[in-house]
Amino acid sequence: MTKAIIIDDEPLARGIVKEYLSNHTDMEVVMECGDGFEGIKAIQQHQPDLIFLDIQMPKINGFEMLELIDKPPAVVFTTAFEEYAIKAFESHAIDYLLKPFSKDRFEKAIQKWRQQSRQEREEATQSLINNPTINPSQQNRVVVKDNGKIRIIPVSQIQYLEAADDYVKIHTADGIFLKNKTMGYFEEALEAQNFIRIHRSYIINVQLITRIDPYEKENHLAILSIGAKLPVSKAGYAKLKQVLGI
Amino acid sequence: MQGSTRTVSRKLKLGIAFGLWWPFWMAMHYSVLNNFGFSFAESFVDSVTSNVLLAGICLLIINNMRYYLPGKEKYWYVLAISLALSIIWLLTTRVVLWACFKQDDAYTQSLTRSSNVRFAFGFLMTGCLTMLSLLWYTQKEQQATDELKREAEKLAKDAELFKLRQQLQPHFLFNSLNSISALAGSQPEKARHMIEQLSDFLRGTIKKEEKQLVSLQEEIKYLELYLDIEKVRFGHRLQTTIEVDEQASGRMIPSLILQPVVENAIKFGLYDTMDDVMITIKANITDQGLKISVSNPFDPFTAASVPGTGFGLASIKRRLYLLYGRNNLVEIQKEATIFNTILIIPSFT
Repeated sequence: MTKAIIIDDEPLARGIVKEYLSNHTDMEVVMECGDGFEGIKAIQQHQPDLIFLDIQMPKINGFEMLELIDKPPAVVFTTAFEEYAIKAFESHAIDYLLKPFSKDRFEKAIQKWRQQSRQEREEATQSLINNPTINPSQQNRVVVKDNGKIRIIPVSQIQYLEAADDYVKIHTADGIFLKNKTMGYFEEALEAQNFIRIHRSYIINVQLITRIDPYEKENHLAILSIGAKLPVSKAGYAKLKQVLGI
Repeated sequence: MQGSTRTVSRKLKLGIAFGLWWPFWMAMHYSVLNNFGFSFAESFVDSVTSNVLLAGICLLIINNMRYYLPGKEKYWYVLAISLALSIIWLLTTRVVLWACFKQDDAYTQSLTRSSNVRFAFGFLMTGCLTMLSLLWYTQKEQQATDELKREAEKLAKDAELFKLRQQLQPHFLFNSLNSISALAGSQPEKARHMIEQLSDFLRGTIKKEEKQLVSLQEEIKYLELYLDIEKVRFGHRLQTTIEVDEQASGRMIPSLILQPVVENAIKFGLYDTMDDVMITIKANITDQGLKISVSNPFDPFTAASVPGTGFGLASIKRRLYLLYGRNNLVEIQKEATIFNTILIIPSFT
């Protein structure tokens, strides 16, 4: 039996997916969720083969929910008017249903899903969430897991980011949080928000810089108002000079 | 129409003034010459010839100005044209008068001696008239450009107001259609009802384009249509209270101004919090005018990260500015977990 989960904050919108799915006797809707938090719990509990996911939902959106799952399942997005996302869906081989969608269109999505291998599906989801421009809220906040709880960090509260193996450490006044993304991802996602990659391992909030001191031969040290002293590489120094106009 | 009749009567008055002006100078001219002891014929012919010619030259100038207004060097132009024309006038009158009375030596001598005075008189007359007609036509031209500008500004303002009113969220429309699609399978009666509500709502959007102002009561009715649709979409999560003072309900407000504010509040409430969302709409009269407040729950910690909460209000602010010329008619208040949007609609009565 194939397990499916429907995640959408509108009950009627979940209903129509459920109704269309009822024709497929080999598929079972194991759970319906009204927001991303329920979605994460349900996915961890049921390990579904396929989820139908809305984008705009309370607190965390569909993309952010996927980011918080260790092994995200195959996804079919159901959304009303997400023009910007559609290109990304197509380039990452992710299927999407534009609301309101017909039964035929729904069947095509199921067909497509059936034809993909398990590996293809998981890769498609993974590559989508690694795209820094897909999430419309990315420039404003970062969603992390903190001891099993979900925490939303407004970008303005991030002091700096530090590389840590497969993770990125997010330093804030409230503590340090881990996110399984690359430095390159954050460098691109936070570009417009006054964040600069000053070093292979550091991205800092430019507004917190109080001083830049020379350090060793060709390097510098950035001193932040919170007391942190971070190394600045040669390339990082050039970027800083450009942004700060020095 | 009113403007053009006013110009016509002004033109007529000026014509009469011009017509009375010359006989007056003729009389003066005549009496001066007569006092110096010239004969009636000499004094009369001299005064009529001089003044009629001068009046003709002035008419020429006025007519000329109607078709050609000097631009940059207008003062040099005035000087040059009045100098040239007064010289021509002086020579012509002298030739004509000399031809008439060449036997009278005393007269012809005085004609030569009075050249300075005559020239000064002619130059003053033509100069003043050129100046006056220049001012008159420049002012008229300015009026025409001003009117054009005002019209262009009004058109631009109307277009902007129209656009601001038109901001129907496609998200809302497509999601509503999706709800209808879902209901059509399980509860066709409800689907039909929702189609009716959505149609009424959309019709309201179109119809109200014609009217700038509607009563608050009417706007609330329209708002209720919208709220009913949203409640079908979000189920029990969305709750609303509307409290409108009796005095307030008859007040006129710009049409379609309330729905975007409420839409903004609903979106903010629904996507920034997890629990049930209570939207409260209150309207009452204050000394500043009609005060409408719309409140929704929010999370002060994450609110800064909810994108798009600003836009809806920015366009409302702009609309109220265009209509009332004031920038302080939209206000935001935050109390703990309640976000309050306040609109002030000034009254002109």
